[in-house]
Amino acid sequence: MTSIPADVGSRDGSRGAEGTTPAAPPARRRRRTLSSSQWAAVGFAAPLLVYLVLFYAYPLWRNIDLSVHDYTIRAFVQGDAEFVGLQNYVEVFGSSTFPTALWNTFVFTFGSIAFQFTIGLALAVFFRSSFRLSNTLRAMFLVPWLLPLIVSASTWAWMLNSENGIVNSVITAFGGEQINWLTSPDTALISVTIANIWLGIPFNLVILYSGLQNIPGEVYEAASLDGAGAWRQFWSITFPLLRPVSAITILLGLIYTLKVVDVIWVMTTGGPGDASTTLAIWSYREAFGTGQPDFSPAAAVGNLLIVIALVFGFLHLRLQNRQEATS
Amino acid sequence: MQHTRRKHTTLAASAALAVAGVSVLGACSSDDGSGSSDGASGDAAGGTYTWWDPYPQHDGSSDWEARVQACGEDAGVTIERTAYDTTALTNQALLSAQEGTSPDVILIDNPAVSTLADTGMLTTVEEFGLDTSAIDQNLLDAGVVDGSAYGIPIGANTLSLYYNADVLSDAGVDPASITDWDSLTAALEQVTGAGHKGITFAGIGTEEGSFQFLPWFWGAGADLTDLSSPEAVEALELWTTWLDEGYAPNTVINNSQNTVWEEFLTGDFAFAENGTWQVNSAAEAEFETGIVQLPGKDGGVAPAPTGGEFIVAPVQEDTARYDVTNQIVECMTTPEGFVETANTFAYYIPPTSEGQEALLTESAGDPDLTPWVEAVQNAKGRTSDGLGTDYPLISEALWTAVQNALSGAATPAEALETAQSEAESATS
Repeated sequence: MTSIPADVGSRDGSRGAEGTTPAAPPARRRRRTLSSSQWAAVGFAAPLLVYLVLFYAYPLWRNIDLSVHDYTIRAFVQGDAEFVGLQNYVEVFGSSTFPTALWNTFVFTFGSIAFQFTIGLALAVFFRSSFRLSNTLRAMFLVPWLLPLIVSASTWAWMLNSENGIVNSVITAFGGEQINWLTSPDTALISVTIANIWLGIPFNLVILYSGLQNIPGEVYEAASLDGAGAWRQFWSITFPLLRPVSAITILLGLIYTLKVVDVIWVMTTGGPGDASTTLAIWSYREAFGTGQPDFSPAAAVGNLLIVIALVFGFLHLRLQNRQEATS
Repeated sequence: MQHTRRKHTTLAASAALAVAGVSVLGACSSDDGSGSSDGASGDAAGGTYTWWDPYPQHDGSSDWEARVQACGEDAGVTIERTAYDTTALTNQALLSAQEGTSPDVILIDNPAVSTLADTGMLTTVEEFGLDTSAIDQNLLDAGVVDGSAYGIPIGANTLSLYYNADVLSDAGVDPASITDWDSLTAALEQVTGAGHKGITFAGIGTEEGSFQFLPWFWGAGADLTDLSSPEAVEALELWTTWLDEGYAPNTVINNSQNTVWEEFLTGDFAFAENGTWQVNSAAEAEFETGIVQLPGKDGGVAPAPTGGEFIVAPVQEDTARYDVTNQIVECMTTPEGFVETANTFAYYIPPTSEGQEALLTESAGDPDLTPWVEAVQNAKGRTSDGLGTDYPLISEALWTAVQNALSGAATPAEALETAQSEAESATS
């Protein structure tokens, strides 16, 4: 560590501070300490700042830059894209895909969240009462999280296959009609949503379960002494006390789900037609899904997603502030 | 006192270290950049030439790698070969061109040639002084933009109709009877009547979907410049009828060409539309297979789209490198070179008649090969007819129409009507 040459100004500065520190009177020392710790703060923040600029600010700026220029592939290579202002956004909003994609994003996101949260919460409450094998069982519920997405998405695609899928063979075995899960425009979106719900349950389970650990057991004890049943306990104790954790879980889930590409792409590539195309899929398809990359409209759709996610992010911050103010 | 002082010193020192660390990192990465460009110009005299291809299935110990290295040795250099997935390769090529770090040689899927050429990142074959007169015009066309060829096909493959001989004989269908759409549909009716499955193909919403639909589209006499022509509607109606009648499974809407092949290998299907690259796998199937040419609507062989890679040479800052690149390209494109490539990759048909003859003579007694040579001769480039960089846009509209019609979201006529207006607005 010490062998690294540190010819950086801040080190000399700190030496100076070190030299004067012992002799300094308390008041002066305090000021000195402040400035030296400020130096330290800057030093510590620097890697983070560099990281933020490199990996957050620059890509974001680049995304906006892409979306306000007309980046044909030729312009992309030669770097002479024409500035077109908001034309890409106008085209995105005017596209026939836009209303479909927006609606699909809405259905996919809220459908996923509603079921993921409900099932996750139910499981968390279920596992709160520890019983034999409860830990093992709980661990098994994490499997969807551990599987590579390509594996789970392909498995779902096989299971929902129209001709040979296990889901349809069960349905037909009980005398039902074959359902074209992934190839009918009516069910494709539902199918990918189901797969995504399954994928998201572990996340909700884990966070809500840890939230439950923070609710003191005495509260339940007192409640049961007062004669409250399990149902009453859930609505009057668990649910309200879990509210801060729930809010965070749902908001994080929203932001995660908004940008899901992989599951849908593997299962349906957004098809048939545009039937399961969400904004994220649309953006990906424009950029990488065709023989001719269209980075500008893709970036415009991507920015739209960022804005939507930001709205929810601010909502989250507001909620948090309110909670902190009340507590 | 002592204690706090110590803490501050440590703090400051760590901060300094952190800053130093970052600047060291920065130095490293800039070193890296200049280092590689230094290396590139330094290597011009001999040394290393970079080569990208879309064959990640052939690793460093493969015959293909050995073949590439042999071409490098002949030119007195080492070739550093990197393999990418087909779609990733186009993106990588564009990125490298933007950064000015293009490889010396790229083997790229033929519809992408015009896309790359349009960016100005490729040299023309003429600039390189290579002779393309021997190359079959229908194959070379895919790489021609505004009259200049930007690459040379190193081989060609295309689509044909595989059949399961056991299923056909069980249903009493003679493959030789399949000469047009009507006889094919009649055969499908007969096969499904006998309790088998009919045909499977790829209707997925990617380039593969368009690739598989084009033989029927062109076989009806339709043209890519008019997606909503009555001929085009007829072609799409052929597919939707097959689905409606149960001759083709509903899964074709999401089938990639690999899935099609897996379905065919189950032995249930009478027919599968697939490519030259499955010949070896077909020979190893647990049932007897054969191929018939994809029929045109009223008979004859439908033009199938050409598949296969072009060898292209991206523009280099250091033009001194072109000499060696030229030798490497030539090594891959002599008649012997073509045959060798064809043998390295099973059934990669040479793009010159000389090469085709040589291949047929060499593999005399291989009856499987002749129909493929015929199919390649009848094939048509997707970016031909002056479509060039418009093709990917038209193709996207086309596969969307196929998806919408097959899934029942729209009638074939409606779907193609929409596709045509989408294609027009995208290419205008």
